[in-house]
Amino acid sequence: MPAITLHDLTLGYERHPAVHHLSGVFASGTMTAIVGPNGSGKTTLLKGITGFLRPLAGAIDRGGLKPKDIAYLPQHLEADRSFPITVLDTVLLGLWQEIGMFAGMQRTHWDRVAQALFTVGLAGFETRTVNELSGGQFQRVMFARMSLQNAPVLVLDEPFNGIDQQTTADLLEVVRRWHAEGRTILVVAHDLALVRDFFPQTLLLAREMIAWGETRQVLTAAHLDRARTMSEAWDQSAAICRQEAA
Amino acid sequence: MSDPFALFIAPFGEFLFMRHALAACLALALGCGPVGMLLVLRRMSLMGDALSHAVLPGAAVGFLLSGLSLYAMTIGGAVAGLLVALIAGAVSRCTTLREDASFAALYLVAIAVGVLIISMRGTSIDLIHVLFGTILAVDDPALILVAAIATLTLFTLALIYRPLIVECFDPDFLRSVGGHGGAMHSIFLVLVVLNLVAGFTALGTLMAVGMLMLPAAAAHFWGRHFWSASLIAVVIAFFSGYSGLLLSFHCNLPSGPAIILVAGCCYAFSLLFGAKGSLLSRYRSGPHLTG
Repeated sequence: MPAITLHDLTLGYERHPAVHHLSGVFASGTMTAIVGPNGSGKTTLLKGITGFLRPLAGAIDRGGLKPKDIAYLPQHLEADRSFPITVLDTVLLGLWQEIGMFAGMQRTHWDRVAQALFTVGLAGFETRTVNELSGGQFQRVMFARMSLQNAPVLVLDEPFNGIDQQTTADLLEVVRRWHAEGRTILVVAHDLALVRDFFPQTLLLAREMIAWGETRQVLTAAHLDRARTMSEAWDQSAAICRQEAA
Repeated sequence: MSDPFALFIAPFGEFLFMRHALAACLALALGCGPVGMLLVLRRMSLMGDALSHAVLPGAAVGFLLSGLSLYAMTIGGAVAGLLVALIAGAVSRCTTLREDASFAALYLVAIAVGVLIISMRGTSIDLIHVLFGTILAVDDPALILVAAIATLTLFTLALIYRPLIVECFDPDFLRSVGGHGGAMHSIFLVLVVLNLVAGFTALGTLMAVGMLMLPAAAAHFWGRHFWSASLIAVVIAFFSGYSGLLLSFHCNLPSGPAIILVAGCCYAFSLLFGAKGSLLSRYRSGPHLTG
């Protein structure tokens, strides 16, 4: 399984950096929480890793993976939940890499779909349309779809925001299973207690890296204080950054 | 007049132009149903309207150059519509201007250019045919054109069905698995323009968008899934064409507005009595269930 390596990576919009000179490795098979205040570049970093955003400087080495081999769950507001599509069809999308635009479903595919729905606790919901689901149920559907993608690297952006405790616990169980299968997992999270309990690795981000490593050593009071003082606003008259590669 | 055969079937048996018109309506319905449904679901209903205005100057230029020639007007309309659709799509993908704004900007420019060309020629030409269509004068070439566009539409939709639906529902997902959302969107816009062009040979540029939007908006109140709603839209569109033609035949009304008005009635009926989300379903709820 490949690792994801960031080489002096700068990501941003219209030349203003949102993630500034970030270097490090998401080792293969690790589970990392990405933590930081709003505007600290967490979502931007995920967009870079999944190929949605091209780096302003530096590089991302995906260890031979193509961006489309990385399963990505954006913040859940971005799908059109009023669209008349069934739970079954939505979950089936996870098989896109295998069946593409034209191929039909095989028996093993159906078994895997049933298994994925069962795992997230939605067996029997197949024919419901997604506009009839609660926020938590929709997130379960998204996790079932992600399971089917069978990707070596999974990237989730704030998957537990607005999700109740029971659903969060169930979905964390799904994440634990992915981790046990040796997949590399990156999750943006805000709940520090949850991160401490569940994620072995943490990256604390405030546009620049504050700390990256074992969760216990990253989420210290000193580090969190430093992250909090980060300036969120763009400097409209910022000079060109001359910092050399570390 | 009380004989149902004389009322509902004989006009089509007796007159070739009525049979032609009916066949054109069937072809239009088959293409416009699913395309209109996608416009509704993508919240692009008004963009269909903008595109139909963009078709007008191209058709007018064709009309100016070669008179009431179907091919010149069709090609002119298609070129103008496609230009506006593709440029607007490209502008919204490459800049921060949203697609609706770039559509509005471009179709206004297109209309201005069309009007300018007409005024430069200095002739006062009767554009009534272009504006309101001539469905009762649909000849063989026009019928072939409309049928060809319907066929092309259905085949194309069958080919790109999966990615197009995903692009509507969850564009970020399609992008993350390496699907070509932008290409699907462009192909879809081309289909919209083609169906508008097919509509305007029969219904005129003003009414063409009616066959696209009204049946789809009505079907939205009946179908729970995209495919079932599209099928219902096709049925409503064809029913509107059939009834509108009869209405125009018996009451001596212009056919285009008659067809669109029947479609409008179907919409009003669905709005009031539809199975899903209609006014009636708000008040007919009945006692609540146990779970």
